[in-house]
Parts: sequence; C-alpha cells; structure tokens
Amino acid sequence: MHKDMVCVACPLGCSLTVEIEDDKIIAVSGNTCKRGDAYARSEVTNPTRSLTSTVKVCNGKCPVIPVKSARPLPKKLLIDCARELSKIEVRAPIKIGDVILHNILGTGVDIIATNCTREK
Amino acid sequence: MPGRKVVILGSGDIGLIMARRMTFEGAEVKLVCELMPYSSGLTRNIVQCLNDFNIPLRLSCTVVGVHGKERLEGVTIANVDETRKPIPGTEEYIECDTLLLSVGLIPENELSRGMGLTLDRVTNGPVVNEYRETELPGVFACGNVLHVHDLVDYVTLESQIAGEGAARYIKGEVQPAEYVKTKGINGVRYVVPQHVNRKSESDVKLYFRVGDVYKNARVKVSCAGKVVSDKKKPKLAPGEMENVIIKAEVLNAMKPGGEITIQVEAI
Repeated sequence: MHKDMVCVACPLGCSLTVEIEDDKIIAVSGNTCKRGDAYARSEVTNPTRSLTSTVKVCNGKCPVIPVKSARPLPKKLLIDCARELSKIEVRAPIKIGDVILHNILGTGVDIIATNCTREK
Repeated sequence: MPGRKVVILGSGDIGLIMARRMTFEGAEVKLVCELMPYSSGLTRNIVQCLNDFNIPLRLSCTVVGVHGKERLEGVTIANVDETRKPIPGTEEYIECDTLLLSVGLIPENELSRGMGLTLDRVTNGPVVNEYRETELPGVFACGNVLHVHDLVDYVTLESQIAGEGAARYIKGEVQPAEYVKTKGINGVRYVVPQHVNRKSESDVKLYFRVGDVYKNARVKVSCAGKVVSDKKKPKLAPGEMENVIIKAEVLNAMKPGGEITIQVEAI
C-alpha cells in the first residue's frame, strides 16, 4: 500500500508518497531533499511536530512569553502539551533559551523561551 | 480567551495559524471559510494547522450573516460562484461565539498621505528608492507601511536598509541620484523599491510578488530591454515574496530614466 502526504519540513510543500509493505517502508518518492525523506518516514511511524505557544509571566514586563518545544513532540500529545502549558506561570527575568518546563509530560523534551522579558 | 466556538473567515497563513493557536488555547475551531477557490496560505500550514486537528476548510465560501445581540451566537455561510457572489439556496447556519476575520492587510498610510507622498497603487505604500527613502528627502518607509510582508525576516532586513539610508542622510553622505524605474510585468504585480539609483555602488535587491500560482516557471529580469537574469523557479505564489539581485555594474551601465522589468514565464 502507499500513503500520500505533504511535507511540512520547509515552505516548499513537496507532495510525498511512501510505499509500505508488511509495516515496512519500502520507498519514499516526491521529496526534493533529505529532510523530506526523514519527514515521510517519521510521519508513517511516529509523527512529530514542533509546539509553539505562550506561557504566563506573573511579574514580567510582558504578560506572556513565547515558547517552543526544544525538539519535535509526538503529534498525538500536542493538545495535551498545550493544555499543560496553559496551567503554568513563570517568573521574570527570562532569557531566550531558558527552560520553561523540563521534560513535558514525560516526553524527554524541554519547553524553552523564544524571547526575553524583564521584571516589571 | 473571550470565545470558545470559533469560525475563521480567510485562509491565508494568519487565518491558518490562528486556527491552530486557538485550538491550543482550548477553543473549538469549527470551520475556516475561504472566498477564493484556493487557500493563499502555505500547504504546510494547511497540513499542520488544520488537518492535524481535523478543522475543515471550505473553499469558495463566505460569511453572509452574523447573528446575536449582546454576543455573537452564530453565522450564516454560503458558497460563492466564480464572480465571488453568494449562491442563493446554499446558506448554512453555524453556531459559534467568535468570528475571526483574517481577510488581508492594508498598509496604514495616514502619515504618508498627510505628507503628500506618492503612493504606489498596487502596494498601497509610498514610492521609495533602494534605501527605502520616499520622494521627500529624509523620510523613509519600511515594514508593512511600505508593502505587506509575509515573513517577518523580510521586515527586519528592510528596516536595516532604511536605517542605513537614514544614517547616510544624517551624515550628509547622499549624492544626487539618477534614477531608473523598476516595473513588474506579465504576472509580476509589484516591485519594491520602485526606483533605484543607477549610480549605486552596491548590488540592489528587488523584492516582488506574483499575482497567481505558478509551478515550474521562469523569472526573467531585463534592464533597458536586455535580459540580465533568467531563473527557473519550482513554485511561485501570491503569498510568497520573491527577490532578485541587480548587480551594481549592471545598474551603472544603465542610462538615467531606464527601466528594470521583472516578469514570469510559465513553462
């Protein structure tokens, strides 16, 4: 059997086809780079996505700080992770790259700040 | 968040990303409506902002009515024909408490207009030179006031160009310019900057946008009728800004009042 998908690795959006036989990936086609091949394989076996969101800052100059997952998270956990981030509140000062939440939902992935804020 | 059940009108990148954003914040995005028969957003955003969360995208469809008094209670949507007019009989009521409008941006030009600057009819922003200086010496424009950008990276780059121009102006380093015009033809909707000093000592990057979706097209740049660059592009879309570099020596060889044209050729 084969599975069609659109690559999300970059803005180009290549149409990919993955050939699968007995739960094994036989071939990936349609990709124009190596990242497309990796994306197609991961999408069939363990789809992942980067998570971007915001987290409340209780004493910051900015009321919220933008954050992202340091590495892609399992796709099926995205909503649960977003819900987890809505529960927490952090304290300023915060620098870019600071770990906001360590090992979110036991995934082994940290949530890090993508901007900085000073104290109010 | 002020709402829980959301309908989004407009499927550009902002509309698509807002659908995911509001889903993460706990809202139920019921539908994204798009007037055109295609989304102007990136395909990757349709995949990771809508498909990942099973949010439907209805093309050739618009909001024709809003209901509720103190608070929105629902909207009526309808399909549209090729002329973008709602088709009677296709109306459908959708219960929601929020309608998010993501229907395009227009440069805010109250200041530019007040100063009497000439506005480009396509970009809706002032006409500028390669340093993003308007027709009024010492007045510079950049960012979404000049033309609407898709990527913030381009806004940053443009602000640096305008900043450099402003610094040169303040230091009195600006020599009288001899301008050549830039022009988009055959599918290229606009070019920024609109004119360039032909005596420029450095290469100049021209930014442009196409008016339609192209697959495997060529972008041809001509200076005073002579083709100076002809590049193949796997994909061109109205939502994605493109750029070409004009070499200083090419500019220097042009005559004052000459024209640089950028065009698309489908293969």
